[in-house]
Amino acid sequence: MELEFQNYPKFTPEMKKTHKILIPNMAPVQFRILAAVMEQAGYTCELLENCGSQVCELGLKYVHNDTCYPALLVIGQFLDALNSGKYDLDHTALIITQTGGGCRASNYIHLLRKALVKAGYPQVPVVSLNFSGLEKDSGFPMTVTLMRKLLACIYYGDLLVACKAQTEPYETHKGDAAALQEKWLDTICGWVLQDKGWSGREIKAAMPRIARDFAAIPVRRVPKVKVGVVGEIYVKYSPLGNNDLEKFLASQDCEVNLPGLMGFVQYCAYNPSETARLYGGTFLEKHVSGLILKYIEGMESVMIQVLKDNGFHAPLPFRELVKLTDGFISTGDKMGEGWLLTAEMIELVRAGYENIVCAQPFGCLPNHICGKGMINKIREIYPQANITPIDYDPSATRVNQENRIKLMIAVARERLAEKAAGAAAPVSADAQPAAEPREPAAV
Amino acid sequence: MKVGLDVGSTTIKCVVMDDAENLVYSTYERHYSHILEKSEELLRRAAERYVPGGRAFLAISGSAGMGMAESVGVPFVQEVFATRVAAGRLAPGTDCIIELGGEDAKILFLTGGMEVRMNGSCAGGTGAFIDQMATLLKMSADEMDAAAQKAEKTYTIASRCGVFAKSDVQPLINQGARAEDISASIYQAVVNQTIAGLAQGRPIKGNVLYLGGPLTFSRCLRESFDHTLGVQGTCPENSLLYVALGAAYYSDQTFDLIQVADDLQKHGAAETYRSQPPLFSSEEEYEAFRARHAKAAVPRVPFGADYAAPVHIGIDSGSTTVKVVVIDQEARILFTDYRPNLGNPVPLIRQVLQQLYDEHLALHVASVTTTGYGEDLAKNAFHADYGVVETVAHFTAARHFLPNVDFIIDIGGQDMKCFKIEDGAISNIFLNEACSSGCGSFLQTFAQALGYDVKEFAKLGLFADRPVDLGSRCTVFMNSSVKQAQKDGATIENISAGLSISVVKNAIYKVIRASSPEELGRNIVVQGGTFYNEAVLRAFEKEMGVEVIRPDIAGLMGAFGAALYGRGKAVPGQTSALLDREGLAGFRQETESRICGLCGNNCQLTVNTFADGATFISGNRCDRPVTGKADTGERNLYAYKRKLILGYKPVPGKRGKLGLPLCLNFWELLPFWHTFFTKLGFAVYHSPLSSRDLYLKGQGTIPSDTACFPAKLAHGHIHFLSKLGLDTIFYPCMTYNIDEGLGDNHYNCPVVAYYPEVIAGNCPEIKETRFIYDYVGLHRPKDFTKKIFTILRQYFPDITKGEVKEASDAAYAEYAHHMSLVRKEGERIIDQARAEGRRIIVLAGRPYHVDPEVNHGIDTLITRAGAAVVTEDSISNRVEKFPTTVLNQWTYHSRLYAAARYCCSQPDMDLVQLVSFGCGVDAITSDETREILQAGGKLYTQLKIDEITNLGAVRIRLRSLFAALDEQDEKRNEPRKEA
Repeated sequence: MELEFQNYPKFTPEMKKTHKILIPNMAPVQFRILAAVMEQAGYTCELLENCGSQVCELGLKYVHNDTCYPALLVIGQFLDALNSGKYDLDHTALIITQTGGGCRASNYIHLLRKALVKAGYPQVPVVSLNFSGLEKDSGFPMTVTLMRKLLACIYYGDLLVACKAQTEPYETHKGDAAALQEKWLDTICGWVLQDKGWSGREIKAAMPRIARDFAAIPVRRVPKVKVGVVGEIYVKYSPLGNNDLEKFLASQDCEVNLPGLMGFVQYCAYNPSETARLYGGTFLEKHVSGLILKYIEGMESVMIQVLKDNGFHAPLPFRELVKLTDGFISTGDKMGEGWLLTAEMIELVRAGYENIVCAQPFGCLPNHICGKGMINKIREIYPQANITPIDYDPSATRVNQENRIKLMIAVARERLAEKAAGAAAPVSADAQPAAEPREPAAV
Repeated sequence: MKVGLDVGSTTIKCVVMDDAENLVYSTYERHYSHILEKSEELLRRAAERYVPGGRAFLAISGSAGMGMAESVGVPFVQEVFATRVAAGRLAPGTDCIIELGGEDAKILFLTGGMEVRMNGSCAGGTGAFIDQMATLLKMSADEMDAAAQKAEKTYTIASRCGVFAKSDVQPLINQGARAEDISASIYQAVVNQTIAGLAQGRPIKGNVLYLGGPLTFSRCLRESFDHTLGVQGTCPENSLLYVALGAAYYSDQTFDLIQVADDLQKHGAAETYRSQPPLFSSEEEYEAFRARHAKAAVPRVPFGADYAAPVHIGIDSGSTTVKVVVIDQEARILFTDYRPNLGNPVPLIRQVLQQLYDEHLALHVASVTTTGYGEDLAKNAFHADYGVVETVAHFTAARHFLPNVDFIIDIGGQDMKCFKIEDGAISNIFLNEACSSGCGSFLQTFAQALGYDVKEFAKLGLFADRPVDLGSRCTVFMNSSVKQAQKDGATIENISAGLSISVVKNAIYKVIRASSPEELGRNIVVQGGTFYNEAVLRAFEKEMGVEVIRPDIAGLMGAFGAALYGRGKAVPGQTSALLDREGLAGFRQETESRICGLCGNNCQLTVNTFADGATFISGNRCDRPVTGKADTGERNLYAYKRKLILGYKPVPGKRGKLGLPLCLNFWELLPFWHTFFTKLGFAVYHSPLSSRDLYLKGQGTIPSDTACFPAKLAHGHIHFLSKLGLDTIFYPCMTYNIDEGLGDNHYNCPVVAYYPEVIAGNCPEIKETRFIYDYVGLHRPKDFTKKIFTILRQYFPDITKGEVKEASDAAYAEYAHHMSLVRKEGERIIDQARAEGRRIIVLAGRPYHVDPEVNHGIDTLITRAGAAVVTEDSISNRVEKFPTTVLNQWTYHSRLYAAARYCCSQPDMDLVQLVSFGCGVDAITSDETREILQAGGKLYTQLKIDEITNLGAVRIRLRSLFAALDEQDEKRNEPRKEA
């Protein structure tokens, strides 16, 4: 039995030509461009769009039910795709990311392989996409050029998401922002397929055009409830994982801010050197993060500048974001989303997105610490923070989740109304919590 | 006019106000999940009688009202928000509102920083929970309230989730605790749940308002809150209607009420819920199914008044029922009896035995065997000959129907048991752990909530055309899924069928986690009362794609198996030791509850005294109250580890007092840190073994109610330390653990690694002292010494490098010494056990599972059963690193895999894994450990533990394990018959 599992099929270089790689859909916008990058690199791939109850059911059937929800969904989505009959099973491979951190997520690939054997697809190889040197024989071959392209694409994706999110709620003609995003996605994917658009120069030229286009959409900027979304990376981005959270928030007339995917990439790049600094390591280990981050910063500053120039809210640069953790959580907390999650919450609150949904799979271990564990502390310093943690799992009903979010929104709306009323009428002390520091909790 | 509609989880409320906002009409009714119909009816009623012209301002609120409001375009007001609006108008000056509803619990802090808290997705201590408990006690809610007022004492009932509380309450009932005391304990559990789960450290004080059904109807519950919080809360006029009133106040759009009612009706007809195929496609299919199952029947023979041949009696004293079966020498059935146990099984069993004696004057009882939850009690009370663990009883019975049975599934009242049979022995046992999702009692409670008898309810589903697709998880969650479906227009028939299918899915995917029928076996016997429900039976066959045997005595299999067991054990001509006619006639049972008091555990004992002076004690964790002798712990490595840890005492030093919390990884690293800081001249104090009291003192500051229990205990330890007058508390963050070379990496789990961050962010106690929680790594000794020096120098400027170096060397040496002591003692225990021919159980968990409050005395439970207990870390060094199918990256878990591997090479050694509820990492490790053990031909046993203290299920598992091991040994020792 054991041996059998050790003999899982490897993804060999030859398979690049013969196999189609299925990609689970986490962040729909960013991943679409990523798929184009892979295609350009000579892989045949497909971004999975299948959803529905059977995805979760298959996950429940083939994965330990106490495993986190993202694992259930990702594996369920793969199995559902393989079951569909749309793919030649002997020429299909799957790709999954692996962070190699102390969280359960590093084990997804193993759970997936176990599930494939149980479900009768032992021949399907799984590719590991990681930067930690795990799975040497089935890893995705990473070259510097490829890495640069991927980074460029994530930034394009983050920019498109940010522009659309800040335009759509206010557009006078419904659908403008979505159509524009779609148009740009097609354009960018078109570039990528022709191996264009990813150099520093091209990015510098393209990004302002994108932001300008969005800024040109006619809008009526009335005050709306601004909601930030943070959380475990999969349920934060994936509509399948979070019951279409963004859409729901939009239907409640909110502006939604999903901090970019690049933050997570930078966080992953930052941690190795931090680890070496905390526990000891070589000179290279201590400085490698700085080098990578420096490189990413070049693109980051373009995006931030472009957003600002066009009147959009821009995220803090990563090196500023790191500093926000001061007095809240150590940057040594590096499992799962770790300190980044706390930092994102603080950034959002400070930027006026003080209403926050903190999304995590039920029983997510890192989020006990950096999510739920930090909310009290954040509120202590920023009493206006209106944070609601939402758990996602196969049996948590949408009604229940939405009800909680609605509560958060109701409070937010009331504050918005008060702000609008402003100095006009004096408000009672208890109705203006933002003005009053929270009473310290007694023992 | 203004109309507010509040659609809650169990009730619906409607108010009508005139333009001056005077209440002109209000109603509060149970909706029995007929949400749409009821809403429609109330709107029509309001329009016709109270709203001239039928047009009024309208808003809808309530947990079940959301989707509905949207579907008909009426504004929805979040219910907590509505409560606030109403309280602002009706009860100004309120500081805090506590509102309990059918399934929700909420606390609103209105002054000093407005905040609202609602129960998380893992909380059930609410109205539905109280109803469920009342049903369990066979009382109405009013009766329970009245009973609670006569309480003399309260028991500890787990306050996290309704399902756990239930498993605490059931044994109390079975042990004969007074219903009055249990009732009061249930209310207290709700109070604890609300405060711990919702207040999360924020004090509740000032003017407190009590709202919602449970708090309005139960005086006792209000008093429990008053008492616990130290406040004098008020339950205002219209306390049931606040949400509806808030909705009405808030409403700002007018609607034609009749039009809205019409829209609701249309929406109901749309049936938008998710469905699955029907159970039976035709009447013929159903008839064929019935005919097939009618064949699995036990022959019955007449049991006349003068029947004189030897008979064997089996008594199954289950969690909710008592079953008695009498068979003859040929295993034919003479008599059966099945009744609900009404809280105390003893008088019922007595009645049945009395009836047997009365109706059969020549009765010759050859053997009496008891089984089930109440096995020991019944055996002692009536002097039965044998007691047999229920799993073995069920297997014995199933084998009678299908000699080559390879899988048995039994779904009873609140428990589910499945076992795989290989080579004629139980090879694997699945019991539902702390979760009773989808068991019989759930179906029953649900049927009652909907106003049906359970049999009638189940029948409804047989021919449902579009059964609702419900989730496959927790009972509490299932409720909201059902509500959702109803809102979407599912009929009662389709809901009934959906629930039956859910029961099956829970069993298969949650408890057994099978992926294919082949995996379970092809020869399946299903039993337990729940399988009388044809919808469940059919759903099981459909889900598994295999035809199964359901004996006609499916609900009596435990008792039948017990009788068969006795028949097998009894020698010819034997007469049972059962109480004779006179003994039974004079039988009395007195129940008394007291604290043991012989040691610090302070077990709550229930002492049953019978007419002949014999006593039966339950609730004890050790044999001391029974035998008077204390456990020496000589076969228990857990006890030895505790002794080692507690041996570290403070030594007065020049640098003041420093405290270490004895939680999580300190259970292993205390020797290290204690030595380190003692060497540096600190007087090092540590918190004691955890206790219930210690936990409760810290529970108010726990921010995440779904974290594992060992982590939650940390708050209590910090609280304890804060009272010692220390200068410093030290609790470092540690991403990495020591690298023992057994795995691919050597992480701590995220919770162990970073819990100090949670303490720093949430425990006000640490503000009173210096709290050092920097990041350190012991895996690189040289770097550690440098790093800890820089850390400590910030706080203690006089510390020198040399001192730290010396202290750190001593600390590493002490840690190594500690581990070697553990391994040496482990070796001694193993040797002694082998010399004495005892079984050796590797009770594998994490270092912190040694804490008695965490393991609930499971270690002593095993030694009491005669086996020796060693730890995973005492043997993990006996194997080399080996490949695993999962990423082997946590130090503690690498030991687990290594220990499992080692067990496979030792015939007399078996592994039992302790898993803390909510431990996400164990979702991965438990499957891997199972695979390692099974590959080595070993049984895998997992015990899930939480703050729950009921050891009943644990005992069954362990006894089943021992029974299976005995059977395997017997098989092995039997000479092989076939060539």
